[in-house]
Amino acid sequence: MKGRVLAGGSAQGRALVLHEPLSLWGGMDPATGVLTDANHPQRGERLTGRVLVMPAVRGSSSASSVLAESVRARMHPAAILLGEPDLILAVGAAVAEELYGVRVPVLVMDATDLLAIRDGALVAVGEDGSVGVSR
Amino acid sequence: MLAGEQGPGTALAMRLVVRTAEAMQADRLLRITRAHVDSCLYHGQATLDFVDRLVDGGARAAVPTTLNVGALDLLHPELWHGSTEDAARGRRLMEQYRALGCRPTFTCAPYQVRDARPSFGEQVAWAESNAIVFANSVLGARTERYGDFSDIACAITARAPDAGLHRDAARRATLRLGMADDLPPALFDDESLYPTLGLVLGRRAGTRVAVIDGLPPRLSEDRLKAMGAAAASSGAVALFHAVGSTPEAPTLDAALQGRPPEASAIVSLAELRDARQGLTSLPGGAPDGTPIAAVSLGTPHASLAELSRIVDLLAGARAAPGVELLVSTSRDLLAEAEETGMAGRLRAAGAELLVDTCSYIAPILAPGRSPVMTDSAKWAFYAPGNIGVEVIFGSMAECIRSAVDGRVRREAGAWGAA
Repeated sequence: MKGRVLAGGSAQGRALVLHEPLSLWGGMDPATGVLTDANHPQRGERLTGRVLVMPAVRGSSSASSVLAESVRARMHPAAILLGEPDLILAVGAAVAEELYGVRVPVLVMDATDLLAIRDGALVAVGEDGSVGVSR
Repeated sequence: MLAGEQGPGTALAMRLVVRTAEAMQADRLLRITRAHVDSCLYHGQATLDFVDRLVDGGARAAVPTTLNVGALDLLHPELWHGSTEDAARGRRLMEQYRALGCRPTFTCAPYQVRDARPSFGEQVAWAESNAIVFANSVLGARTERYGDFSDIACAITARAPDAGLHRDAARRATLRLGMADDLPPALFDDESLYPTLGLVLGRRAGTRVAVIDGLPPRLSEDRLKAMGAAAASSGAVALFHAVGSTPEAPTLDAALQGRPPEASAIVSLAELRDARQGLTSLPGGAPDGTPIAAVSLGTPHASLAELSRIVDLLAGARAAPGVELLVSTSRDLLAEAEETGMAGRLRAAGAELLVDTCSYIAPILAPGRSPVMTDSAKWAFYAPGNIGVEVIFGSMAECIRSAVDGRVRREAGAWGAA
């Protein structure tokens, strides 16, 4: 599988497939990486080190700040795979790289490809946007 | 700029603009003439690290740039119940954005500030979801959904990607929302219809551009403001058209750019009622007589017309003892309200006037104050998660009557049995 690269980098981690859209602002505590949105069915999951699979985006314009802050705290997700482009997250990843030298790949993928990724699967994201999935 | 001949701060800003353009698949950049920046609200050390890099790198905003709300009210710092350390950090972030040459408006409603309103067709880079939807929909200016970091990057470079809502094609409505034939006509005079309809609009539209057909023509800016703010909370709405009210929708056909919509839907009274009731988080739905601890008005920041209406509705009465009546507006409008005596009348009625920030993003309300009544769908949407209060939604008239009585006072209106 291959995605369009919004923010580059290579990463590996277990997939966390979000059942509902999540805004990182108000939805993730950047100091702990925990999903905190009270209305989200996966509240309490830890996003740190996971490959987030987000079929739909609920954009908050401050999600970029929260992503960068989670990188500063080294509590960030390993990578973010989106079903639709989100420039806010792309810029958050770009700033995190500028400030802290840490790259969090952000990719847009085909909807059917995204659906093929199961929760907990081991996902490897390559510099060129390649996405490999193994159990 | 990328090469660094204008300094490392400007080069960093340009790298971010280029990154944004790549994400939007834009082939080129366009010039912008204004910016509105949301990055001045503190979200942790990373937000300070970023602005320090810009300031130390010699960057300056290259176009007139307004600032969104920050973490605290710099004019009334006593209205703060958080830690002194958080206050100091929030304040330093706000000051650093001033150091970049941004205008210290500290408002989520820059469109109400003199000399800050973009004109029809003007290319701008605005952040803050309600400001974005207002600029695009009500003023006919053109901005994408910019957010933290990209907003100031556009301001420093005076550039934005030539893509998305900056161009005609993306401004076409693809979803047509009609109003059901059996809605009571009096509903359209009820001010709480508009934030409620906005909530429905956001849910229905998601990221799509919708046109609403069937509303009275020439809706006031305050009604369109309430609708847009709600739609940008429940959905990712950055532009909507209302036939007969918004400038790109003199007719339904104009909003659709002469083509049929890709989807159509009708908004029913049941859907509106359900959305309105859903805005009240307090278990039991807060019937008449429910005690309240506070009332929060002015989200987005109140206009002069709204301040004046609050004074009229109070009609000389005072907020009940123990009820905090909080009215948020911008420091620019507060200065005007001081001159006309409106601010004095509001204070005499027991109102606290809050500027530069907002009561659902910062520890402004005294701890434990709940439930809070509001006329803002946006406030109702975010406050329970952000500051842990129960919310009761009502019209501005209901909010004021309730503030004076200290308990919920519903008006038997067009909504029928609520």
